[in-house]
Amino acid sequence: MSTNLAPPVSDPQNLPPTGDEAAVVLPDIGRDAEAIYVAPNWKLVWWRFKKHRLALVSGIVVIFIATIALLPEFYSTLPPHESDSIRSFIPPQRLRFFAGDGTFLYVQDVKGQRNQKTLMMEWVPDEEKIIPVKLFARGFEYNLLGLIPTDIHLLGVENPDSGQKFHLLGTDRLGRDQWSRLMFGTRVSLSIGLIAVMLSIFLGILLGGISGYFGGTTDLIIQRLIELLQSLPPIPIWMALTASLPRDWSVEQTYFAITIILSLLGWTTLGREVRGRFLSLREEDFVVAAELIGCGKPRVIFRHMVPTFYSHIIAASTLAIPVMIINETFLSFLGLGMRPPAISWGVLLQEAQNLQSIALAPWLLLPGLAVIITVLALNILGDGIRDAADPYS
Amino acid sequence: MAQYIIKRLLLLPFLLFIFSIIAFILIQAPPGDFVTSYIAELAASGSAVDQAQIDALREQYGLDQPMTVQYFKWMGNILQGDLGVSLDWKKPNNELIRERFALTLALGVFTFLITWSIAIPIGIYSATHQYSFLDYFFTVFNYFGVATPTFMTALVVMYLAFKYFGISVTGLFSPEYVDAPWSWDKFVDLLSHLWLPALILALDGTARLARVMRANLLDELKKPYMEMARAKGMSEWRLVMKYPVRLAFNPLVSTIGWYLPLLFSGSLIVATVLNLPTIGPLLLRALIVQDMFLAGAIILIYMFLAVIGTMISDILLAWLDPRIRMEGS
Repeated sequence: MSTNLAPPVSDPQNLPPTGDEAAVVLPDIGRDAEAIYVAPNWKLVWWRFKKHRLALVSGIVVIFIATIALLPEFYSTLPPHESDSIRSFIPPQRLRFFAGDGTFLYVQDVKGQRNQKTLMMEWVPDEEKIIPVKLFARGFEYNLLGLIPTDIHLLGVENPDSGQKFHLLGTDRLGRDQWSRLMFGTRVSLSIGLIAVMLSIFLGILLGGISGYFGGTTDLIIQRLIELLQSLPPIPIWMALTASLPRDWSVEQTYFAITIILSLLGWTTLGREVRGRFLSLREEDFVVAAELIGCGKPRVIFRHMVPTFYSHIIAASTLAIPVMIINETFLSFLGLGMRPPAISWGVLLQEAQNLQSIALAPWLLLPGLAVIITVLALNILGDGIRDAADPYS
Repeated sequence: MAQYIIKRLLLLPFLLFIFSIIAFILIQAPPGDFVTSYIAELAASGSAVDQAQIDALREQYGLDQPMTVQYFKWMGNILQGDLGVSLDWKKPNNELIRERFALTLALGVFTFLITWSIAIPIGIYSATHQYSFLDYFFTVFNYFGVATPTFMTALVVMYLAFKYFGISVTGLFSPEYVDAPWSWDKFVDLLSHLWLPALILALDGTARLARVMRANLLDELKKPYMEMARAKGMSEWRLVMKYPVRLAFNPLVSTIGWYLPLLFSGSLIVATVLNLPTIGPLLLRALIVQDMFLAGAIILIYMFLAVIGTMISDILLAWLDPRIRMEGS
């Protein structure tokens, strides 16, 4: 937990946990000063980042969610598109431990019965029947990372041939397993956020860098462009742009179109940040020195200037990803972003769009929880990185 | 001061001109013109296509002419106060938008007032009681506020209201007032419905604003003039309210610039979920059925609101901070 550099006398762990603007205390300069002086930049950032425990935990959560995005098939229990109209609106089946007969992991089976008043099909727990569940069970076949054919899943019924099914998060209107759909939705939603931010970073560094490094008229034009884009109301613009995507486009085409649309307005914040850094770095001694010994402009920019604000870019983009995720979610939620058969968090939440469906099946709101957890973790992580980004401050 | 305001106001037509071009490009973006999709729609529903009407529409918007001509025709009509006709609703756009626009504005202003009146006390308290229990509580609250999409809040509130109180919280009027002419009773009815969507919308903004206020105030509290005033025996409460809070306001006012546009366009999603009669759901529908002149008109309105928001924030900032208004002269 605490670094070997932390002096036992004044324990920095006793300081109040850091909020986003509270200063993070560096290891005491008096002791082990040498280790600090010779440590490379990234190491200093890491030492400082480790102090922010909440950010560290958030980092682990983010890594976990990223593995879901990489291996949704492994985490899902049933094929995400498999529908079964008879098994619609089954409530979530909780995972239970230690059944009477010695089964370690199981879920309660459900049985359908007709509500005498409303004549609607309702699912109630079947007290007699249990479905034994085990870890690393065999299920539907898939290619791990698109390469290795396998049929191992994190969770599955103990006896795949019995035809038993269980739904950790219930089923939707078409009887599709919501847990598995959520896993696949994570891949789409998370990667849209990531790619959109990567495009924004590219545009931001390119245009912000040009603006900050060259200054003068170029700077003026790019700054006015940024101001113009920032004063546009983003949501209606995004809606108009995504609505104009042809309906007959494939899922992949829509996917990339949406990332481009989101980053078109999204690069401006990063552009400003990069420009500010360039402006302040341009006068630094080491940049002047590099220029004096005859480095070309690209070398000065990419070899000498960019590495000094890597951490800032990482922090800014970590904070930008959740914004993009929320944007994609609401676009798909409104029916303008990803469209079925594609699965994203927004597409899943579209099922819960009106009072009738929420009243009937409140568990359809659960994908929203995934959005909140992911965004929360990314925001805290981003704040932590931002606080640690400048180890010399 | 007057000079600064005039300068900003002169910029307004220029900005709106550029924005109108962007809006025009946006409504032109879908493949095919809207009359084509209108004919297709009519043919699909089995009704006869009235050639005279179609010709009249093409004529009115100059659809057979080059883009620039079309743009100036569209703009010319708008400048004369004519937003065109909605093919979907078969009504003039002015009529469709008028009342909804007023309600959008009312919802926005109401939300804004709620946001500021909650966020500023929270910000001040958190800064003056840094690391206290309530400060942590508000920090957690703020993180959740930022992380929860507004439509999720709306959905959850809708569900809870239905489950525990058996009421449906959609709409802005009780059924008996929806089509009634404006009266005092209708106004009271509106207020009794408006607070909930406003509160849902305010949640997101409150979280951001309280964080900004806290950070600004913390910066000010460390400054030497605080020591000075304390040494002179000023009471803590008066001291905080009189100097640092006022100074911490400046950066906050500059947030109005991006907050107002975000508020108006953000209300769009909540309005769709809660089925509010604002321009948001109208835009969504117009975009989906490709009723492009209605969509264009609404997008232009959102842009206008955004520009006005930035303008208000600039002028307020100049009024609060003499350094800004002196900059140009």
